[in-house]
Amino acid sequence: MKDSPTAHGSVKSYVTGLVLSIVLTIIPFAAVMSGALSLNATVWTIVITAVAQILVQLVMFMHMDTKQEEGWNFMSFVFTLIILGLVVGGSLWIMHHLHLNLSIG
Amino acid sequence: MASEAVSNHDDHAHPETHDHHDTGSIKVFGFWVYLMSDLVIFGTLFATFAVLLRGTAGGPDGSEIFDLPLILAGTFALLISSFTYGMAVLAMTAEKVDKVKKWLWITFVLGAAFIAMEIYEFQHLIHLGYGPDRSAFLSAFFTLVGTHGLHVTFGLVWILVVLYQLRTKGLNDMTRPRILCLSLFWHFLDIVWICVFSFVYLMGAL
Repeated sequence: MKDSPTAHGSVKSYVTGLVLSIVLTIIPFAAVMSGALSLNATVWTIVITAVAQILVQLVMFMHMDTKQEEGWNFMSFVFTLIILGLVVGGSLWIMHHLHLNLSIG
Repeated sequence: MASEAVSNHDDHAHPETHDHHDTGSIKVFGFWVYLMSDLVIFGTLFATFAVLLRGTAGGPDGSEIFDLPLILAGTFALLISSFTYGMAVLAMTAEKVDKVKKWLWITFVLGAAFIAMEIYEFQHLIHLGYGPDRSAFLSAFFTLVGTHGLHVTFGLVWILVVLYQLRTKGLNDMTRPRILCLSLFWHFLDIVWICVFSFVYLMGAL
């Protein structure tokens, strides 16, 4: 890893990351506590702000980009996302169908 | 560490190799790969939680037991600690060892506050009779949130070890990669917590 300031971020990038993260935490929290939005809209607010905050922290705090270690950091991350998609998505899919077929609950 | 001497003179010995391929950088990359495997562990726990979400066995569901303002306070403690750790890394690149120690202590206190919040929540739920033995939903909840809490606890121990090594050894080619690995670990736990906060607590309270 290069010891240039960009490799470890700057005060500005950390402050930006912190402010964005706080805003992206308060928005879904307020949506849930106030109940002002419909159920569907609240769920989407939670999902979108969570994904946005994860991206903000990956870039601003963990400095992930496609160039570090010649792209291997990023490639291993993409690989892990695929595994996660299979594990989480696959589990929910299978168990949902099992649930329907057995008609429990 | 035997590789230390090599990393110091790597650039002179092999001018053709890229300068970011020193041993410290390889350690940090190896740690990144470990974090990816840890992410799969959390992924399986999230999948388990999602599958068992409705298995309340006549017990409470999330909306009845989650104290959201308390969880929000813990979330902010962890979030700000991620920021203060970033400040420690910046102090490290500026070679200011006293500042590194100061920011690490602040990070430690915020992380400890988060763990205190979680221990309070857990003992409160168990006291009410809503322990992990109550239902499949609560088993999955305690396993997922507890695994994250255990990670943060080990992170706190690691911060103390780094602080001790900074006192005895100062900033050198051995301690620097360790501080960078711990920074990845700490930011990673913050990201996992965002998922817990959003998908377990906020969705569960709906």
